[in-house]
Amino acid sequence: MVEWIPLLPALAAALTAVLFVLRRDNGRLAAMPVIVATGASLALSVAAFQSVARFGAQIGQIEWLRIGDFSASVGFLLDGLSALMLLVVASVALLVQVFSVGYMEGDDGFARFFAYLGLFASAMLGLVLADNLLMVYICWELVGICSYLLIGFWYRNRAPANAAKKAFIVTRFGDLGLLLGIILLWSSAHTFEIAALEKLVQTDNLKPVLLSAGAFFTVVPLLVFLGAVGKSAQFPLHVWLPDAMEGPTPVSALIHAATMVAAGVFLVARLFFLFHASPTALQTVAWIGGFTAFLAATIALVQVDIKKVLAYSTISQLGYMMLGLALGGIAVGMFHLSTHAFFKALLFLAAGSVIHACHHEQCLLRMGGLHRRMPLTSWTTLAGALALAGVFPFAGFWSKDEILASALRSPALFALALAVAGMTAFYMTRLWFLAFAGEPRSEHASHARESSAWMGVPLVLLALAALAGGAINLPGSSSLTALLEPDRQAHGFAWPVAVGGLAVALAGIAVGVRLYGRDPARDAVTRLPKGLYRFLSNKWYIDDFYERGVARAAVAWGAMVAWFDRNVVDNLVNLAAWICALVGRALGSFTNGQPQFYAAVLALMAVIAAALVGLAATGALGGILP
Amino acid sequence: MSLVLDHLLSIIVLAPFAGCLLLLALPPEWKTASRVVALVSGGISLALSCVAWALYDGAKGGFQFRESYQWIPGLDIRYSLGADGISLSMLLLTGVIIVTGVFASWTLEERCKEFLTLLLFLVTGVFGVFVALDLFFLFLFYEIAVLPMYLLIGIWGTGRKEYSAMKLTLYLMLGSAFILTGILALYYLDPRRTFDMLELSGGSELAVGLQRALFFAFYLGFGVLAGIFPFHTWSPDGHASAPTAVSMLHAGVLMKLGAYGVIRTCVAMFPEVAPSLMPIVAAIAAINIVYGAFSALGQTDLKYVIAYSSVSHMGVVMLGIASLAPVGMAGAVMQMFSHGIMTGLFFALVGLVYQKAHTRDILAMGGFARRMPGIAVAFTVGGLASFGLPGTSGFVAETLVFLGTFARYPVIVAVAVTGVVITAVYVLRVVQKVFLGPLGEAWSELPDARSTEWVALVSLAALLVAVGVWPMPLVNLINHGLRTLGMEL
Repeated sequence: MVEWIPLLPALAAALTAVLFVLRRDNGRLAAMPVIVATGASLALSVAAFQSVARFGAQIGQIEWLRIGDFSASVGFLLDGLSALMLLVVASVALLVQVFSVGYMEGDDGFARFFAYLGLFASAMLGLVLADNLLMVYICWELVGICSYLLIGFWYRNRAPANAAKKAFIVTRFGDLGLLLGIILLWSSAHTFEIAALEKLVQTDNLKPVLLSAGAFFTVVPLLVFLGAVGKSAQFPLHVWLPDAMEGPTPVSALIHAATMVAAGVFLVARLFFLFHASPTALQTVAWIGGFTAFLAATIALVQVDIKKVLAYSTISQLGYMMLGLALGGIAVGMFHLSTHAFFKALLFLAAGSVIHACHHEQCLLRMGGLHRRMPLTSWTTLAGALALAGVFPFAGFWSKDEILASALRSPALFALALAVAGMTAFYMTRLWFLAFAGEPRSEHASHARESSAWMGVPLVLLALAALAGGAINLPGSSSLTALLEPDRQAHGFAWPVAVGGLAVALAGIAVGVRLYGRDPARDAVTRLPKGLYRFLSNKWYIDDFYERGVARAAVAWGAMVAWFDRNVVDNLVNLAAWICALVGRALGSFTNGQPQFYAAVLALMAVIAAALVGLAATGALGGILP
Repeated sequence: MSLVLDHLLSIIVLAPFAGCLLLLALPPEWKTASRVVALVSGGISLALSCVAWALYDGAKGGFQFRESYQWIPGLDIRYSLGADGISLSMLLLTGVIIVTGVFASWTLEERCKEFLTLLLFLVTGVFGVFVALDLFFLFLFYEIAVLPMYLLIGIWGTGRKEYSAMKLTLYLMLGSAFILTGILALYYLDPRRTFDMLELSGGSELAVGLQRALFFAFYLGFGVLAGIFPFHTWSPDGHASAPTAVSMLHAGVLMKLGAYGVIRTCVAMFPEVAPSLMPIVAAIAAINIVYGAFSALGQTDLKYVIAYSSVSHMGVVMLGIASLAPVGMAGAVMQMFSHGIMTGLFFALVGLVYQKAHTRDILAMGGFARRMPGIAVAFTVGGLASFGLPGTSGFVAETLVFLGTFARYPVIVAVAVTGVVITAVYVLRVVQKVFLGPLGEAWSELPDARSTEWVALVSLAALLVAVGVWPMPLVNLINHGLRTLGMEL
């Protein structure tokens, strides 16, 4: 049964494509195969979750490739981690698809959109279930290409096409690391299977090739983490995610907030046994995560595009998850991943609802006053914002608290995480007030109307999850730890940290309310010191570094290599040809058809021959001639 | 029936030649008839290649469908044919490319009959190389495959066609000189005094120094055709100038002759010296991969991008061969197949785009996906295979090569792997510049592919995906070939 969870959406996507080629129908019906299939996958995921809870982990596989003793299979590893992730992915995917029926209505790529969504759901579910590293990599790349296709969905405009390309290439740099990590692991262990690798590592039976054991167990997790850095948009490969907002907003919610970008976090959790063996690797993950969380939060403070605020917020929260994973273990990281998936999907869909109502206006400065016009969207956004800010009793409060508590081990990281919590609360308050409070600041905003039920229902359901999602791992129950890390003792709920974290969040909100509550029309962050404001709104100049530095250098290098090939390598060839031609012409001049010339040459040669013979006779030539 | 089955390989090789003779007898104005003749004769070879694949007895292994006749008794030259798993996969590739190539040149009007005649003659040589078991015939077929190219490019080409045709021919002749020297040296110096490739395979009693020299003679000779750095510059010019079907055959199949030759000679005949020399082959292969990819990035002519991508992809083949081990070698053969299909698809597409837009300058294009969605989808599928996206044959091939070579050449492979990123960059750059973005005014009337043009696009793109999703049948076939090479599986 389990194998059908990823297969169904893929089949539905294929069906959608075939139907479209045959019927050219972009009506609502075109969405149905994928929605039904994803619904079925969700039902199967629930069943799978229950069966894991009752019977423990399950494995199934079929052979895909065999060359001698090399073998690769396609299979699933259904355990607590994958079962939890299945539920998150399938449910968010389903809600986003339903939302998209309303959001994408009338688009002339409607059927194509749903075919891509089906393909994505399939690849993502496959990634979650993968029982071996090769399959992880396969699905990893497939979700990447779906992301490319969906970011560039409106390909007739230049910006989405550029953003799609950038996203794929930047993440591919990370994928390179993952690929090399997998190759290294396979070269040493001769297996791709995660369970087998885990056993080898734990029993100390993995004998590394090429590297010493110490270097191997540091390099391999770092290479794998490079893959996660790309996919989960961590510093320094985070630059693609904000650009990816060029895609339709449901895509941003599903792929670039809730599921695919969390795949990096999931990967680290899946291969945690590798990281566990290396303090260096864990330290790196913690610091990259913590720094990314901080970096992205500061940038989010000054963004004016509603989706960009949320995008940087996503980067920041993904950093949080990495931090939690590294310092607190699988359950801590995955808890925040799960709650974040719901409330961030909610926030993006709500933003989509706003954008849809405002005729594709995304700038917060031209919104305002939407609370009265779109009450449902406004309230649900508020729920999402409170959850993200970590306010009691919303989901984010519980999961964020666990991260803060585990960060206590490192005072510097704890301070960083606390600062991020405060900034997060502030920028979400700013977002809500700019969009919903005050008076409309544009024509579109003043004519906004609440969206249809296709979009409203998913919002409400997600808002409920944002409110109550913390229940999956309430303090004392430790159900998530038992599911994900049965061998590990759940640490108790740290009340001082919780209260402290909540206080910081409330402080952030208070600052936000104070600055934006009375007059949302004036964007208070512009009153930051000029240098700082410019620094933040230029995103720490990291994008400039890549675009003006790296990208141009690569293109220039390509042009240089092409020039070298044309002018140096090729001219050597032409030189060889030219020399041949020269020799040919020189020799050719002997056959000029003039009897006088031939006679002269003949005479010359005769003289030379006679001289040689004469010299030989006198012995002047030694023994050269006989 | 048994007559056919007993001479399966001869028929595969000679069916195009028969078509060739038949075409000579047709009046030039019977263009459709000429095309049908070409299609049928290529189709017979393809169909019989499939039959051979189905009939190949995996349990027995080795070279099967053997045919052997005395040709010149005094010199022990025999017309000797046979096919193992590697040959068979190449026969299938050649069959697919010639049939789709005929479809891709269906609308060619200028000297149609002569064009198809030469095309079929060339393919005869290609099929011949892949099944020859006698060095003399191997060389004969090799020359038959190479020479018609001069006329095909010189007459039907575009751009600097005379220059390109001359350059390509001279270059490949230079390679032939090395090969011929190698063959003659082997014949006269080896006490076995034979051209029989089976007898020569498995080891040589010649002095080690001599074996090294012969290894290099064959490596350089065949390597030129496989586009090894720095002897690759004939290929971008040649491919860019050649007409569509010729580019398809040339990049798709002919470059594989080079790699195939290296496997049959360097790997099979000199197993003692190969391990010590293969690091050089691997290093040059890595240069091919990275250098070719960067060169492709620097091009603005669509055909040159694809041509340089071939230089890069053939590096993957040579890298796999350098592994001298099952996984890498299987990856190499897989890549030969995959690249053949992929580049065949690319050149068919480039031909179509050029035919409709009358330009190959990618900077002048933009937004074509709107007017030619079918071509855009097919190009994207080819591009995905090109940078080794899972679900396409390119992924299986590249991954096997990297896995199979890493332990042996870690540094070289680490460099080579970066090729997958650079490839993604130039492929996506082309896709974006040509197909995405706003559609220029000038292109508002561009048509999509039509009738016969679809055949090549759909079948080749589908093959790339089919092999990528379920590679087992092809890999099993290749596995049999690895056993023939003496590898333990």
